[in-house]
Amino acid sequence: MLIGAVLTALFAGAALLSLVWVPHDVARLDIAARLLPPSPAHPLGTDHFGRDMLSMLMEGARTSIAVALVAVGIGLGLGVPLGLWAAAARGTWLDDVIMRGNDLIFAFPSLVIAILITAVFGPSAVNAILAIGIFNIPVFARVARGAALPIWTLDYVMAARVAGKGKARISTEHVLPNITNLLIVQATIQFSLGILAEAALSYVGLGAQPPTASWGRMLADAQTMIYTEPQLAVLPGLTIVGMVLGLNLLGDGLRDHLDPRLRRRAP
Amino acid sequence: MSQTDPIGNDGPPRQLAAPPLITVRKLSLAIHGAPILNEIDLAIQPGAVTALVGESGSGKSMTALALMGLLPGGSTTTGQALFDGSDLLTLSERAWLGLRGDDIAMIFQEPMTALNPVHTIGAQVAEPLRLCGIRRAEAARIARDRLDRVGLSHVPLDRYPHELSGGQRQRVCIAMAIARRPRLLIADEPTTALDVTTQAEILSLLRSLVDDEGMALLLITHDLGVVAGMADHVAVMERGCIVESDRTEALFRGHRHPYTAALLAASRPPPHTPRPPDGTAILEARDLRRTYGAVTAVDGVSFTLHRGESLGLVGESGCGKSTLTRALLGLEPLQGGSVTFDGTPGGQSMTRRQRARISVVFQDPYGSFNPRWTVRRIVQEPFHLTGKPRDADAQAARALTEVGLTTADLEKYPHEFSGGQRQRIAIARALITKPQVLVLDEAVSALDVRVRAQVLALLSELQDRLGLSYLFISHDLTVVRAICDRVLVMQGGRIVEQGAIDKVFEAPAAAYTRRLIDAAPRIPAEWLAARNTPAATG
Repeated sequence: MLIGAVLTALFAGAALLSLVWVPHDVARLDIAARLLPPSPAHPLGTDHFGRDMLSMLMEGARTSIAVALVAVGIGLGLGVPLGLWAAAARGTWLDDVIMRGNDLIFAFPSLVIAILITAVFGPSAVNAILAIGIFNIPVFARVARGAALPIWTLDYVMAARVAGKGKARISTEHVLPNITNLLIVQATIQFSLGILAEAALSYVGLGAQPPTASWGRMLADAQTMIYTEPQLAVLPGLTIVGMVLGLNLLGDGLRDHLDPRLRRRAP
Repeated sequence: MSQTDPIGNDGPPRQLAAPPLITVRKLSLAIHGAPILNEIDLAIQPGAVTALVGESGSGKSMTALALMGLLPGGSTTTGQALFDGSDLLTLSERAWLGLRGDDIAMIFQEPMTALNPVHTIGAQVAEPLRLCGIRRAEAARIARDRLDRVGLSHVPLDRYPHELSGGQRQRVCIAMAIARRPRLLIADEPTTALDVTTQAEILSLLRSLVDDEGMALLLITHDLGVVAGMADHVAVMERGCIVESDRTEALFRGHRHPYTAALLAASRPPPHTPRPPDGTAILEARDLRRTYGAVTAVDGVSFTLHRGESLGLVGESGCGKSTLTRALLGLEPLQGGSVTFDGTPGGQSMTRRQRARISVVFQDPYGSFNPRWTVRRIVQEPFHLTGKPRDADAQAARALTEVGLTTADLEKYPHEFSGGQRQRIAIARALITKPQVLVLDEAVSALDVRVRAQVLALLSELQDRLGLSYLFISHDLTVVRAICDRVLVMQGGRIVEQGAIDKVFEAPAAAYTRRLIDAAPRIPAEWLAARNTPAATG
């Protein structure tokens, strides 16, 4: 958990820093300084266009985190209300409609559809966000519904009904606060999946477009030079691994910490 | 106290001549440094029932777990528990594997969760046999034999737990426990989750197993009535200590410890003296009918609740009393009949203002409150019906003081309170809108007897002071008798008998009522009468 938090904080910090300062401007090409080994001026060297690798990775972190964050936001913002709604209407046709709609989205291979969306509407960061976000909706809807169902059987929900509260109000006042733990954990996991998806989309050229830096495209660019200049592929690769690992560790740690049934065994 | 037994002459014929199966000497237990048990001495005799009685948190379940080698992590024990000359407390986990199931077996309180829902009952009863290397066919034969023994001869082996009733499931658990004919069976509140008639059947089954197979039974219970009918020997536990132990009848007749006396007094609340009804109806139900598809849960129920009256509603699980409650509170639609509340249509057609005048207290003191809310917010929730008054905080404080809590409790969270205190908070929440009718849905069933007595006293006091009418729903006849003026007996969605409480108890008209009253475990009156005339105990 601590390692996860440190890794995540490191990348998030780099992304935030890149908003105000990067060592070198990544939009400026400097062919004379291409493929430099690490040096004080370029701590991680430069790529085949002479762009500073450290700056590229920092900018890439910003792109990845922004895409994944908004995509998770879409999933939370639409999926959780749907899940709560389905739980409130459990056993009725409405529940069926919502959950079967979810199954419908689940049935499509997410990355393929994301490629389709970006291919149809044009490759851009916004479309990548939408494509990834849509597939987050059913995940959160399912988690929210599953967690909400047992809460609806508890006496305090019955007491709230006796107090004349409607389903919407009970969902927000009683159910939602008691399932936030699960949602937070799910959000960290979806966040890491979002980062992977963004990297994959950028890798095939359907994510953020140049000159915006992106980990996935750095990998793609480095592919042709993997034997001559392996560090160009290894660095973004390690970065992606580090970020996803960090988020997964954080998610697992949070679950252990927040779930009272596992708390005793938590590190 | 167990050695010298001046009043044992008139005891039952079962003599404890055989050496004890298990001798516990000065057993102390601490979990993560917190003391749980303190120098327990206990002897468990073969062919007899030893009962451990106490309230929740007294350490009775932990004693059982220590004897099963199933203590939670972080436990440290001192003392001895001798079984066949070896000390159970020092056995390795590997040695335990040979002992559990074979020599010592256990059944638990909740038959709904003690069985694995994805295996057939035959496979589950055969499992302990298969584990010790018995062949499949032979194991199935023994499983059949054991299930026949526990009275399930009509149930095939390939049934799944969900196809059985609660009582049948508990029988399967017993069959599993006795599959390898253990010498000691530990039963931890084996009938607490069951209906009173089912409880009587399970208890007599356990008794016959002890008598026929010479097994020792360690019965853990909070119910002194069960103890009186079942046990040969009783140990009373309070806060990790055995405060008193003796042969059953001797203990009831000659108990010395104040805690035993308090438990006995609280377990037999004095019968309520019925008051004449004042005649005006506050809540009237006429021919109520509630169906779920083809199932009729409530079938033509009619009754009247008068102003200032306590009306009991008694029935076993599945009789429709919860459905009826929800319909009366206007939470469920009715397919027939009408509810009249204070002269206007009740049930689902109540206005918010009317709904504020009928409140409810639920059974579970742990599930009744949103764990993330403060007591202030919890108690004020019903103001949703009336609109929050300007002095809401003052009213919440007053409601809390009325139920015996303090204003300081407003800022606390539910987990900071004990079960009894939580039930007081639930009552405060129900009272905040100044209702006329309070529906008490098994409101004291989950409480320890002494706490139960306190909450019952609080309820009577509130009724006298505020002129409330109670609809008191319970499966426990003792409690109903202690608080109600009249009683309704419900079976299969119908009211089979109703009348003044004394009449129903002393001369029940319906066969079902008689069955309920007979099945309720009770302490023989003469055991307690002897207490009042000291000459008889000497």
